Amino acid sequence: MDIFSFFKKKTGSKDTAKDRLKLILMHDRGDVSPQLLEDIKNDILEVLRKYVELDSEQELDLQITTTDSEYGSVPALVANIPIRAKK
Amino acid sequence: MAESIVITSGKGGVGKTTTTANIGTALAQLGHKVVVIDGDTGLRNLDVLMGLENRIVYTLIDYFEGRCKLKQALIKDKRLPNLCLLPTAQTRDKNDITTDQMVELIKCLKEEFDYILIDCPAGIEQGFENSIAGADSAIIVVNPEVTSVRDADRVIGKLDSKGIENHRVIINRLNHEMTENGDMLNVDDILEILSVKLLGVVPDDRNITISTNKGEPIVTTEGTLAGTAFINIARRITGEDIPLLDLKPEEEGFFSKLSKLFRKK
Repeated sequence: MDIFSFFKKKTGSKDTAKDRLKLILMHDRGDVSPQLLEDIKNDILEVLRKYVELDSEQELDLQITTTDSEYGSVPALVANIPIRAKK
Repeated sequence: MAESIVITSGKGGVGKTTTTANIGTALAQLGHKVVVIDGDTGLRNLDVLMGLENRIVYTLIDYFEGRCKLKQALIKDKRLPNLCLLPTAQTRDKNDITTDQMVELIKCLKEEFDYILIDCPAGIEQGFENSIAGADSAIIVVNPEVTSVRDADRVIGKLDSKGIENHRVIINRLNHEMTENGDMLNVDDILEILSVKLLGVVPDDRNITISTNKGEPIVTTEGTLAGTAFINIARRITGEDIPLLDLKPEEEGFFSKLSKLFRKK
């Protein structure tokens, strides 16, 4: 074994490949369509509006990503919703 | 009990035909009666890899259209008497065959053979439908590349929806050094993404090109890494429990270099 390879940081391109694949497959498998995402977003907003005042809808950030769980990597819905005040 | 297995991948050029030729030959070397069927009508190549391209008189389509008996279309291998090739036509296309015909054909072949391997063409159209129609199980060949894994996932979905739930994957052309350096998807990455069972790993091996040139499947050459990998796969198909091959190329020490020097003479 090469002594210097021990000190080299392993930053191969395979992690990029893996992350890209996961997102591609999520779309291919049809797990979550953009329409479904939009529907979920609207429903969440409707519920939240019952309790709090929200910033304008444009600022709402809702994304589909992956997250690690005890079952391995699973799709995750990540939302960042600024709340202006309690109702 | 005869078993029919389709070798598929979705993407082209990942090594389906090479895999079919080698597993078929290896299974025959183990003493089983084997037939390999070329499913790639119009772009046949299994005959070339087996070195049998000069012996084709009748094809699958001649049989389907009543111009010959099934026995006449079967071509005996050069080396192994218990291995046959069923070629397809080069001047016709995939829509000239129906799924019903394939189901019927495989039923007939099951009376004669222990293993029926079907070499599926690339794509997910008629050729794919025909190839999987009579299959009991599937082998998906995948390369450690984003494009190949993506297409494999699509094919696995198709197989599931057609009721072929027994499928295993062969990771072909793995470059050990690149996976070690983190520059190639490794076995665990691919299995995690596809969530399928592993049948075997075949290393990227220059000997494959040489064996293709000669028309002799690599399992007939002793001492190659890829050949051993294919033989192990064949044994796993028969139910043997064979551990995965260590793909790390042997470290070249002083003595191994020295002995190689002498062997050449």
